[in-house]
Amino acid sequence: MEKNQNNERGWPLWEIFIRSKQGLDHKHVGSLHAADAAMAIENARDVYTRRMEGVSIWVVESKYVHASNPDEAASFYDPANDKVYRHPTFYDLPDELKHM
Amino acid sequence: MSLIEFETTFQDKVDQDIRIEPKDWMPDAYRKTLIRQISQHAHSEIVGMLPEANWITRAPTLKRKAILIAKVQDEAGHGLYLYSAAETLGITRDEMIGQLHSGKAKYSSIFNYPTLTWADMGAIGWLVDGAAIMNQVPLCRASYGPYARAMVRICKEESFHQRQGFEILLVLSRGSEEQRRMCQDAIDRWWWPSVMMFGPSDDASPNSELSMRWKIKRFSNDDLRQRFVDICAEQVKLLGMTLPDPDLRWNEERGHFDFGPIDWEEFRNVINGNGPCNKERLAARVKAHEDGAWVREAALAHANKRAAREGQEAA
Repeated sequence: MEKNQNNERGWPLWEIFIRSKQGLDHKHVGSLHAADAAMAIENARDVYTRRMEGVSIWVVESKYVHASNPDEAASFYDPANDKVYRHPTFYDLPDELKHM
Repeated sequence: MSLIEFETTFQDKVDQDIRIEPKDWMPDAYRKTLIRQISQHAHSEIVGMLPEANWITRAPTLKRKAILIAKVQDEAGHGLYLYSAAETLGITRDEMIGQLHSGKAKYSSIFNYPTLTWADMGAIGWLVDGAAIMNQVPLCRASYGPYARAMVRICKEESFHQRQGFEILLVLSRGSEEQRRMCQDAIDRWWWPSVMMFGPSDDASPNSELSMRWKIKRFSNDDLRQRFVDICAEQVKLLGMTLPDPDLRWNEERGHFDFGPIDWEEFRNVINGNGPCNKERLAARVKAHEDGAWVREAALAHANKRAAREGQEAA
C-alpha cells in the first residue's frame, strides 16, 4: 500500500461520491479536505448529507483520480463520431412494424 | 491554437450556455475574477456564522436553539462547498484563509454589524438571507460549472434560513408591546445594510459588464436590489411593521417601489474595515484558526502514523 505522501501542512483533498438511494449510482457531489479516509467519510456525512441525501458514501483521494484531457476531446471522441448506426433511430422501418 | 482562438472558443461556449469546467481553457482574468468572487462568498459564509453563533446559547426555546444550530451548520457547509469550488481554479485552501485573515480578501460587509437582540436573528434570516438568495439564485446558472453546482446546493438549503427568520419576526410581531418594539428595531437596523448587500449601483460597478459577458453575473446590482425592495415592501405588511425609509412608495408608472438614497459612504466605511464589528469578527476567525492548529496537526500525524503501520504490515 502506498504511503501517505503528504508533505504539506494541510490535509489532502478527497473527492466525494454519494449514493442517494438504494438502486442508484454513486454520484460525484464535490470535494473536501481530511486527514484520512475515515475522517473524509465523516466529514462528507456532515457536509453533504445533512438532509438525508445519501445512504452510502465513497471517498477517493483526489490525487488518484485520472482524467481525460478536454483539449483533446475532439480527437479523443472522434472514433464514435461517425457511427450513427449504433443508434436505433438510424434504421428506417415501416410504421406497421410493431413491438420493436 | 493561438490565444485569440482559445478566447473565441471560450466565449462561444459561454454564449451557448455550455459550462466551463476546471480543466478547460479560460482567460486569466476570468479565473481571477472567479477566485475573488467565490472565495469572498466562502469567507462571507464562514464569517456569517459569527453574528448568529452569538445567539445560540441565548435562543429563547430549545426548538429555536436547534434551528439556529442547524442554520449555522449549513453556513459552515456552504463555506466548504465554495472553498472547494474555488480550489478547482488553482488556489489552495490555505492561501484563501491566509487572505481572509490578513484582510486582503473581503467578505460581505453585512456581518460587520452587531446582533443586539433575539429579533436580529429574525431580521437576518428574512432580510440578509433574503438578499443573499436574490443574489444567489441567478448564480446557479453561472458559467463556471463547479460554482454553479455549489450554488444549486446552497440555494436549496438557504430557503429554510429565510423562512425561519420571517417566522421569528412573525411571532414577535404578534407578541407583547415590547416584543413588537424589538421586532421593529431589528428591521430598522438591518434594512439598509441589507439593501447595500447588492453592491454599488450599476454606474459605479466597473467589473459588472465583463462579469455579465462571462455569464458569471446575470442581472445587474440595481435590478436585483429593486426586486428585493419590491418583495420586502409587501412582506413587511404581513408583520404589521414598516421599513425605515420615508421615501418608500409604490410608483404606478414604473411598476416598482421607489426608495430613498443609499448611504454609500457608510457602505465604503464598513467595507474598508471601519464597521462596528470588523476587528472583532476577524479576530474571532484568526483565533479559531490558531486554536485549531494543534488538532489539524495531530490528525495528520495520526493519519501518517497509521498509514506507515499499515505499510509495514503489508510488507
